Amino acid sequence: MDWGSILNNTLAGFLTPTTIAFALAALGLAMHFGFAGLLNFGIAGFMAIGGYGYAISVLTFGLPWWAGMLVGVLGSVVFALILGIPTLRLRGDYLAIATIAAAEIARLLFLTTAFTDVTGSADGLFGFNSRPDGSGFQNSNPIPQGTYGFGPFTYNEQTLWVLIFGLIVLTVAVWFLWALMRSPWGRVIKGIREDEEAVRSLGKNVFAYKLQALVIGGVFGALGGIIYTAAQNISPGVYVTSLTFFIWTSLLLGGAATIFGPVIGAVIFWVIQAFLSNVLPELATSGILPVSTTQASTLRFVLVGIGLMLLVIYRPQGIFGDKRELTFVK
Amino acid sequence: MSSNEKPQKTTGLHIGDAVPGCKKKDPMLVIDHVKKTFGGLTAVDVEHLEIPSGVITALIGPNGAGKTTLFNLLTGFDTPDTGTWSFMGTSLSGVPSFKVAQLGQVRTFQLTKALSLLTVIENMKLGAKGQSGESIFRALFPGFWKKQDEDIEVKAMELLKRFKLDTKKGDFAASLSGGQRKLLEMARALMTDPTLVMLDEPMAGVNPALTQSLLDHVISLKGEGMTVLFVEHDMHMVRHIADWVVVMAEGKVVAEGPPESVMKEQAVIDAYLGAHQETDLGEVTGRINIIKGEDK
Amino acid sequence: MKFLLDDTRRRALRIILVALLAVFGGLSVSAPALGDSVGEEYSATIFGNVKIDGEPIAGVRIVVDGGGYTAETVTDSDGRWSIGVPEVRNYNVTLDESTLPEGISVLEGGATQEVEFGLTDRVAKNFFIGEGERNETSIFDQIVSRFIYGINFGLMLGLAAVGVSLVFGTTGLSNFSHGEMVTFGAVAALIFGVGLQLPLFIAIPIAVALSAGLGWSLDAGLWRPLRKKGLGIVQLMIVSIGLSLTMRYVIQFVIGGGTEQLPGFDAPKMNLFGAVALSSTDLMSMGLSIVVIVAFAYWLLRTKTGKATRAISDNPDLAAASGIDVDKVIRIVWIMSASLAGLAGVLWAYFRPGIKWDMGTQILLLIFAAVTLGGLGTAFGALIGALIVGVLVEMSGLLIPADLKYVGALVVLIVVLLVRPQGLLGRKQRVG
Repeated sequence: MDWGSILNNTLAGFLTPTTIAFALAALGLAMHFGFAGLLNFGIAGFMAIGGYGYAISVLTFGLPWWAGMLVGVLGSVVFALILGIPTLRLRGDYLAIATIAAAEIARLLFLTTAFTDVTGSADGLFGFNSRPDGSGFQNSNPIPQGTYGFGPFTYNEQTLWVLIFGLIVLTVAVWFLWALMRSPWGRVIKGIREDEEAVRSLGKNVFAYKLQALVIGGVFGALGGIIYTAAQNISPGVYVTSLTFFIWTSLLLGGAATIFGPVIGAVIFWVIQAFLSNVLPELATSGILPVSTTQASTLRFVLVGIGLMLLVIYRPQGIFGDKRELTFVK
Repeated sequence: MSSNEKPQKTTGLHIGDAVPGCKKKDPMLVIDHVKKTFGGLTAVDVEHLEIPSGVITALIGPNGAGKTTLFNLLTGFDTPDTGTWSFMGTSLSGVPSFKVAQLGQVRTFQLTKALSLLTVIENMKLGAKGQSGESIFRALFPGFWKKQDEDIEVKAMELLKRFKLDTKKGDFAASLSGGQRKLLEMARALMTDPTLVMLDEPMAGVNPALTQSLLDHVISLKGEGMTVLFVEHDMHMVRHIADWVVVMAEGKVVAEGPPESVMKEQAVIDAYLGAHQETDLGEVTGRINIIKGEDK
Repeated sequence: MKFLLDDTRRRALRIILVALLAVFGGLSVSAPALGDSVGEEYSATIFGNVKIDGEPIAGVRIVVDGGGYTAETVTDSDGRWSIGVPEVRNYNVTLDESTLPEGISVLEGGATQEVEFGLTDRVAKNFFIGEGERNETSIFDQIVSRFIYGINFGLMLGLAAVGVSLVFGTTGLSNFSHGEMVTFGAVAALIFGVGLQLPLFIAIPIAVALSAGLGWSLDAGLWRPLRKKGLGIVQLMIVSIGLSLTMRYVIQFVIGGGTEQLPGFDAPKMNLFGAVALSSTDLMSMGLSIVVIVAFAYWLLRTKTGKATRAISDNPDLAAASGIDVDKVIRIVWIMSASLAGLAGVLWAYFRPGIKWDMGTQILLLIFAAVTLGGLGTAFGALIGALIVGVLVEMSGLLIPADLKYVGALVVLIVVLLVRPQGLLGRKQRVG
């Protein structure tokens, strides 16, 4: 049991592009569910649209990276509007089903061979982060080539650039959410979460607020997808419903109706994942666990599922949440 | 206002005889040919009804008369199958409930909707109209709304003091008693500076100690120039504070008029009492016993 | 690096345009400069020869596509063609049969075949052509055959959907782990039918019995205690999602990531009529589904527990007040829901064909679509919804690409929720 490398890899999980991507998506879900009470089970769809919007803009339309990212964000706004306008008046669990269906439709459209020229279908898309004409994300990397950091937090200049960029985006997102929720707008949203009729009777256009919340959360989700994609390639196999469920787990873990909860929840989720994906296979190879190494990796997802169940049964407010504030808990 | 003073009643509200559908000198709400059916059942079927301004009108009737349905129709929380209705001359057909509220109507709910997960002061501030901080881009920068929020807080505190809830301002509404939540809902409704206050069974579930205070608040609304329309069962209360009474039965308006005369009308007595003709309606419907002897 | 160079696309587009002009203009394609070699700038090449009885055929259109690259050409006067490709990978080569002479078609392997490079960067692809019927099924035959396949699929979906609807009707829970209960049945059949080599007529009932046991344990161990604890609907739904994740990956833990088959999955398809070809297994599945559904309908309509179930779905408080043991009925509902799901899993394993750890997850949304279309909470609605969804999924293949066929059902799901959320048979209750 190589505890040294296990510890090293576990700590690395604190700060990776994936962690930041998850944190952004979890923030989006906090806006949707934690604060506005919208049961959005299609957050993976928003992430896919952000990521593909960025990649396709760069590859098919030759846009510079920042314009491509903007397209990804705008795509998620359009998706939120198309999804929200008809479905926002649906009751909770119906909205959940509608959003899962919408995200699946998005994924299938990215997966189909009918659009393979643009989406790459099952193979996905590559090579949009560094472009020969210098318009790629990595082409704008100001960091000189080399390795930076120490111990488990060692990165090359490419990853470091993604991390810095991602952290800036995350910080802006956190500020945005915090500023909104402590404003009168946030007050209305919290009211809507609890009782729409009451808020309507006071003259507020409930539908418009819900739509705004959906769009904002969706934009955060798209940004998560973009950061994830900026670090590597994009493939439709990532944006499955399991991804949505993992983001939900991160959100509930940290605290659904808090600002920092989703971020911390995402970090903890990934650190635990990093830990398990290192420890379990080693336990298998060293014979402590009587399973194969592939089985050991599957085991960590089993633990996520069990963890989510325990979390929502025994501590639905997560680490930082206030149980009094939650509307979905009886 | 002390509890045993008889409130000043306004008279001379109607034009012509006090019959169902009679015109009013200064109508605030006008309803025409409004019909609503559920399945095969006609819940509301009102030919014509006018609610007078500046006074307290009671909408009464036995269970299943259609009062709550009509109430929901008038506030935009439900849509009729046919008919037109207007508020201060503006047609409300097809107007969503939140717009109706913006026009100057506000309603409370039978099952109080004090937002438990917000504090008392947040509940109150939510009621204020025209808040620039509620628009998404201005919300981000406190400079746009801080001053307004402070003004709103001053107004909220005044109202809370009046309703004797000022000490509870920072508490979550969930921690208030049932009666206090009712008061909060009413106070919050007043934050919208309404012209017409619609109260859906304001006394429902309120303990007797609190009812007098609630009644006084309702009466004071009239004093401030607002119009009040409330649905109630309790005839004692209706007799006590209402200037005008509309009686419904089986979806139709069967009588209209000042409380004294309406309660003596045969149609009304039939609707409520059926066989027990000699019993005073107040005894039959009374939930609260606060007015002793004054109406006998 | 796999990405689309502007040059390639422009060139391919140009070639296609000219080829189209040639075809429409009726010009004989005797332009060898265009005809035989395309993509000369690439080092890898696919080439071939089109001949009949030794005689070369010119002007036959060949299309190569794969990995985002498409190119085409026509055979030259020697019947030869050659297309350069940017990388060494698998490609699809299509011979356009409409450019073959009258009465000649591709005899073996189909008009589109895959080609794989060997050790060099040149590979040949020849089509075996000759006199023969071009397999053109009429549209009518296609519609009929897809309809039948859709019914087959729909019957299987119906068995699964009924369980979801009943659980929702009696407990209010949208059960996101139902897909895994479907997979469970298939896996149990796999273990007993293939792993332990028991004959199918023993293995399948065992699988269903085990599924029943699963349903019983889930209600006893999880759902009932949570109901007693008073958990809200949203919390329960999230619990079912956690359960779905857990079960899904436990199944993957047990059977791995590959696909297994049940015996008899490859029974030969018999041509029944028109374009409809079903195997004996298909016919048995359909028969079994119908028998089970009829039996279930009898249970729901005639037996005491069946009626109690409907009473609880209608009005739980009234049902409890009239003396029905609600907990016991809910337990039975869970057992039935799981058994039907398990059986559906076995049938799904034959229909796909193949048993995979996420096979149930694949159809979960279709099941929800069926249930929502029919009316959440009504069993018969779920059946009708399932048949409609099944037919829709198969028929949509006529209009949209095959890998998008589930999209049709998902769109229907969303539309139903918007237009008539109570579904076809449901009662109009507040869904918003």
